[in-house]
Amino acid sequence: MSTDAQQSPPGVGPAFWRGYRDCSPFILVVAPFGLLFGAVASDAGLNLLETMTMTILVIAGAAQFTALALLQEHAPTLIVIAAALAVNLRMAMYSAALVPHIGSATLLRRAFASYFVVDQVFAVSVKAFDFDGGFSVAQKIAFIVGAGSAIFPFWIGCTLAGALVGNAIPPEFSLDFAIPICFISITAPMMRSLPHLVAAIVSITVALALAWLPYYLWLMVAALLAMIAGAQTELWLQRRSA
Amino acid sequence: MIDKIQLWAVIIALGLGTYLIRFSFIGIVGGRPLPDWLLRHLRYVAVAVMPGLIAPLVVWPAANGGETDPARMVAALVAFGIGIGFNSVLGAVFGGMAGLYLMQFLIG
Repeated sequence: MSTDAQQSPPGVGPAFWRGYRDCSPFILVVAPFGLLFGAVASDAGLNLLETMTMTILVIAGAAQFTALALLQEHAPTLIVIAAALAVNLRMAMYSAALVPHIGSATLLRRAFASYFVVDQVFAVSVKAFDFDGGFSVAQKIAFIVGAGSAIFPFWIGCTLAGALVGNAIPPEFSLDFAIPICFISITAPMMRSLPHLVAAIVSITVALALAWLPYYLWLMVAALLAMIAGAQTELWLQRRSA
Repeated sequence: MIDKIQLWAVIIALGLGTYLIRFSFIGIVGGRPLPDWLLRHLRYVAVAVMPGLIAPLVVWPAANGGETDPARMVAALVAFGIGIGFNSVLGAVFGGMAGLYLMQFLIG
């Protein structure tokens, strides 16, 4: 007969802490941007309740900055919402990419895990699941929640600090560049595989060529073409080795 | 001043909409198996989205008036080099920012 220990999914706790550890470098990036968002929202006339509700419900820095800027320009409500959601449309692709990993979990667990799917969490999850492997579905859910738990308190806490005391970080620190450095650092190790490298090169090239397109359309086109390039390179490598 | 009713409409719609975007495929497709060709494409989502997302920020940084900044280009290359060479996310973050500060110090 199996014991209780064997019936419960093995290693959910360690998977949570592995996610926490893998995502923790991005505290360095999330914290200053939380401060900045809090300060900018406060300058724009949002009170604490409004700033904190927005940051906790949305949990997506770029979209929050976009919405705030458009609100200050007195853009129509629907335009503000559509433009900010367009910034987040890339997360639909993250959602699709996570289906093979956590799609078979219970609806409640999928609904819970979905809240944590921000850029950094998605990237460290995919890197762990695809390149390291060996995670069960329950462990993958725990990993995603753990990764989010590493950075969410800092994003939320620093937003609060920024709203209370203002932005204390001088421009000489060039923190605008923390976001690009963050995304380069997450994706560069994946490019040790040729199809991933090809996909990234196509993504960069198309994004720069189409940067004049509005509403983040340039990113959607670049991402779709890059995925096709990655898939085709993978097929080409298979045929060559066959 | 931002209109408070408009602000709350945006906060709620953006919060709900963003959550639904994240939940979309995870929620609707669920445990149904996906065809091989689709899985092959989905493997590249991270490297298809993120490099493109930040490419304009690296090449035309707003903090430099949208002009290409050699210090930021070098910092990006340092972060990329450490990330791909040493398979280290943390090393790439620190190396990239250190590269940026060093270049800004050298260029002035």
